[in-house]
Amino acid sequence: MSEDILNNNYVYWMEAKEGSNSDIVISSRVRLARNLNNLPFPHLLNEEKGLHTINTIKNAWEKSPRENLKDMTLFTFNQLTNLDRQILVEKHLISPNHAASNTAYNGLLVNEQGSLAIMINEEDHLRIQCFLPGLQLSEALNCAQTVDDALEENLRLAFDENMGFLTSCPTNTGTGMRASVMIHLPAFVITGQINYLYQNVSQLGMTVRGLYGEGTEAIGNMFQLSNQVTLGQTEEDIRSKLDSIAGQIVQQERMLREKLSNEMRYQLEDRIGRAYGILTNARVITSNEAITLLSDVRLGVDIGILKGINAFALNELLVAIRPAHLQKKAGREMESFERDVKRAEVIKEKLLREKRQGEDQDV
Amino acid sequence: MYCEECNKKPATVHLTQMFNGQKKETHLCESCAAKKGAVMLNFDGQFGIPSLLGSFFGSHYNVKNINTTAEHVICPNCGMKFIDIRQTGKLGCAECYQAFNKDIEPILRRIHGSSRHTGKIPARGGEAVLLKKKIEALKIQLHEAVVHEEYEKAAEIRDSIKDLEKQME
Repeated sequence: MSEDILNNNYVYWMEAKEGSNSDIVISSRVRLARNLNNLPFPHLLNEEKGLHTINTIKNAWEKSPRENLKDMTLFTFNQLTNLDRQILVEKHLISPNHAASNTAYNGLLVNEQGSLAIMINEEDHLRIQCFLPGLQLSEALNCAQTVDDALEENLRLAFDENMGFLTSCPTNTGTGMRASVMIHLPAFVITGQINYLYQNVSQLGMTVRGLYGEGTEAIGNMFQLSNQVTLGQTEEDIRSKLDSIAGQIVQQERMLREKLSNEMRYQLEDRIGRAYGILTNARVITSNEAITLLSDVRLGVDIGILKGINAFALNELLVAIRPAHLQKKAGREMESFERDVKRAEVIKEKLLREKRQGEDQDV
Repeated sequence: MYCEECNKKPATVHLTQMFNGQKKETHLCESCAAKKGAVMLNFDGQFGIPSLLGSFFGSHYNVKNINTTAEHVICPNCGMKFIDIRQTGKLGCAECYQAFNKDIEPILRRIHGSSRHTGKIPARGGEAVLLKKKIEALKIQLHEAVVHEEYEKAAEIRDSIKDLEKQME
């Protein structure tokens, strides 16, 4: 049983893959919601039926001869501490709602790299998710479909000829598919274009929301773009539409970044330099401040103002500075102030190590 | 831009609705929108997902033109009542989709602009659908063969249709 996913910071989507627009698109995800026929949806499951559900899924997984299902581990939530479940949330592998349960019939089937994660008895019996670095929706859809096919060989799924895959919430009915990309859009925010984006995207049947922060406040210029409609379009339609919208946003962001660095060079260098200065010298730093400043540093790296820091390290920091990961690293529970101290330490160490490695390479 | 309804106040509520692929945009001021009973997506925090979805089921505003299933109807499989579904925004099981079909269909159309699945069909559980699709495709081929006067080919296709139809029974 591989517990690395609980003990390390690493998860596959952090790999900033070249040629996949990874300077702007951090990761791509495709999720398929599926339910077993004849069993109540998770919110109505009692223990007996819940265990029956997870065992049926477990059998289907174990019976499958497919390669991509081989190196997976099943964690049931009664075996995991609350902290471990939070670790999975911070890696984006499970939802906060899912992490709130601790029963033997809630679980996660996950591969070693964390590129494939199947939530069991979250809002639906199965939520097959594939996570890849950069803009790779096609590959992520392909991965999810293969896993769905493999499991489906040994499962009877809730499906209706007219309505498609039946899900506990009607917002997912049909394909049960939600495709999303995590994108970093500092230039959209700095230039005030982000509101236009919110409006335009919703007219195309897609949604954008801030990844960090409550409500409409988006911290760290990190956004999630995903499809809203799941019925009446094929999986491929949804994928290609999101792909092309994401592609256009990437182009626009690049253009705005160029404009900024041409027209506001000093202000930009100042802002990025200050962010780097604080992150490498602070002794106490809150999560919000860190996320905000890391966005500036990321922009600095992307447009060549800061050298020697690689995108993978910045992606890793996004996860490493969150509360559960900090506590895991410290090996104990920590109060908020202690975490702020630890966070400052983790960031400083990482950025300075990157800088040293960058200089070594230059020599 | 001014409100389309009163033409006095600035339009702050922009609704985009999809009906069977047709896009309709409405621009209203807040008070006219409230009068019209439009779904106000007012995300100040008090507006959680369950109540938002609940509103799709017609609990927050009245949608007159849908045939609401009498509230005492119970899903024979899971025992869920339609009123529970309204409150939680969640169905109880796959059978609920049949039990409350009359209500669910307009809801799906409101959310997705369509109520007809055109995506993937599972190999198991979807056998009947797959067969049906195959037969439909063959019937088109049969028609084409007849039009082109390829009678031998048509006879072959007809036989395969018969075989498939037997499988369906």
